[in-house]
Amino acid sequence: MFLRTALLVLRKDAAIEAKSWEVLTTTVFFAVSAVLVFSFAFVKEGEPLEDAAAGILWIAVAFSGTLALGRTFERERYAETLRALLLAPAPRPALYVGKLLGILLVLGIAELLLTPLVALLFHAALFARPALMAALLVTGTAGFACVGTLFAAMLVRARSRDVLLPILLYPITIPVIIAGVRGTSALLASPPDEATAVMWIGILTAFDVVFVTLSLWAFEPLMTD
Amino acid sequence: MKRLFAPLLVTVAVLFVAAPYFIAEAPYESTMGLVQKIFYFHVPSWMAMYTAIAVCALGSAVFLFKNNKTADAYAVAGAEVAVLFGLMGLVSGPLWGRKAWGVWWQWDVRLTTALLMELIFVACLLVRKYGGPGSEKLAAATALFGGATAPFVYKSVDIWRTVHPKTSVVPELLKGSMPGSGLPFALSAIGFVLLATLLMMVRVNLAKRQMALDELYLDYEE
Repeated sequence: MFLRTALLVLRKDAAIEAKSWEVLTTTVFFAVSAVLVFSFAFVKEGEPLEDAAAGILWIAVAFSGTLALGRTFERERYAETLRALLLAPAPRPALYVGKLLGILLVLGIAELLLTPLVALLFHAALFARPALMAALLVTGTAGFACVGTLFAAMLVRARSRDVLLPILLYPITIPVIIAGVRGTSALLASPPDEATAVMWIGILTAFDVVFVTLSLWAFEPLMTD
Repeated sequence: MKRLFAPLLVTVAVLFVAAPYFIAEAPYESTMGLVQKIFYFHVPSWMAMYTAIAVCALGSAVFLFKNNKTADAYAVAGAEVAVLFGLMGLVSGPLWGRKAWGVWWQWDVRLTTALLMELIFVACLLVRKYGGPGSEKLAAATALFGGATAPFVYKSVDIWRTVHPKTSVVPELLKGSMPGSGLPFALSAIGFVLLATLLMMVRVNLAKRQMALDELYLDYEE
C-alpha cells in the first residue's frame, strides 16, 4: 500500500512532466547557465582554478534543485491539487516519498548531463572513480532533496514562498553540500584519495538517515491544518 | 514579574559580582595570557545557546505533534534566546581567535557549523515573521532540523582535526587541569544558563499574553 501510493504519485508527476517537460528543461538549462556563470569567476587566463570543479558541480546541483523544488510544488498549488492529494485515503508519508522520488528523478537526469559537462569544461577527472562519484552524488542529492521536498511542500501555503525556500533550505542542507564538495575534491586529487571520499560518503549517509527519518516523522503533522 | 525577582537577584549576583571577581583572580594561561579569559564568556554563551536550542526543539516537537499552543510559546522563546547567545559566542570567538590564531575567522568545521546553526535559528525567526498565517509550523520544522544538527556541531571538534579546542577542555578544567580557574568558569556557566532561562521565561510569558489577547480579539469580533 505504502510503496504503491508512492509509486502512483511518482507516475502522476512523471506523466505530467512527459507532457510539458517544464521542470526538466528549466532545471537543466538553469544548471548549465550556473556553470557558465562560475566559469567567469574560476577561470584564470584560460586555465580553471584547481579544485573549482567540485564546488561548481555541487552549487549548480543545489541551485537548480531549489528551482526544481519550487516549480514542482507551484504546479501542485495551481489547481489546489496538493490538497486533493492530501485528501486521498493514503498514508501521508507515502505521498512525501512519491514527491521525493519525483524530485530525485529530475535531479538525477540533470546530474547525468551536468557531471560530464563540468568534467569537460574544467578539465576535472570526475570519472576517475565512477562508482565512488556516483555514490557521492546519490547520497548528497538524497540528503538535499529530502529536506527540500518537506520544506517546499510546507511552503505551498505560505506567503513569499519563493524567498523563504532558499532561506530555510540552505542553512540546513549546507552540511550536505560541504560533504559532497569535500568528497568530490578528494576524488579529483591525483591520485584519487579513496579513503577520504568513502569517509564523506559515510557522513552523507548518516545525514540522509537523520533527515529522512525527521522528514517522514514531521510530514504528517506539518501538512495537517 | 514578582515571581522572577529572587532568581533574577541570584543571576545578577553571580554574573555581575561573583564571576567578575573570580575571573579577575583566575591565573593567566601560560601561552595565551590575558586573552584566554574570554573563555569565561565564550563557552558559557554556547552553553546558554545549547540550552535554548533544547527548549526550542522540544517545544517545536510538542507543538507539531500535540498541537499545543503553549509549547509554541516555548519554541519562540528558545529560538530568540538561541540567536542572542549564538551571536555572543560568534562575537567573542573571533576576538579570541585574533590573538590565539592570528586571524579573526578560520573556516574550520566547528566555526562553519556553528555559524550555520546560528543561521538556521535566524531563518526560523524570519519565517515566523514573514511567512504569513501558518508559519509557526514551518518555524517548528526548521527548529527540529536545527536541533538535529546541534549535536553534530558539538561533537565536530572531536571528529575532525580542527584548530578549535576539543570538547574535553571543559571537563578537564573542572577536574583541575588549570588550578584556580574551575570555580570562575563554573560560576560563569551557571550565570549564563540562568540568564538564558530567565529570558526564556519572560519571553514565554509575553507570548502567552499575546495569544490571550489574540483570542480576546477573535471573541470580540464574533
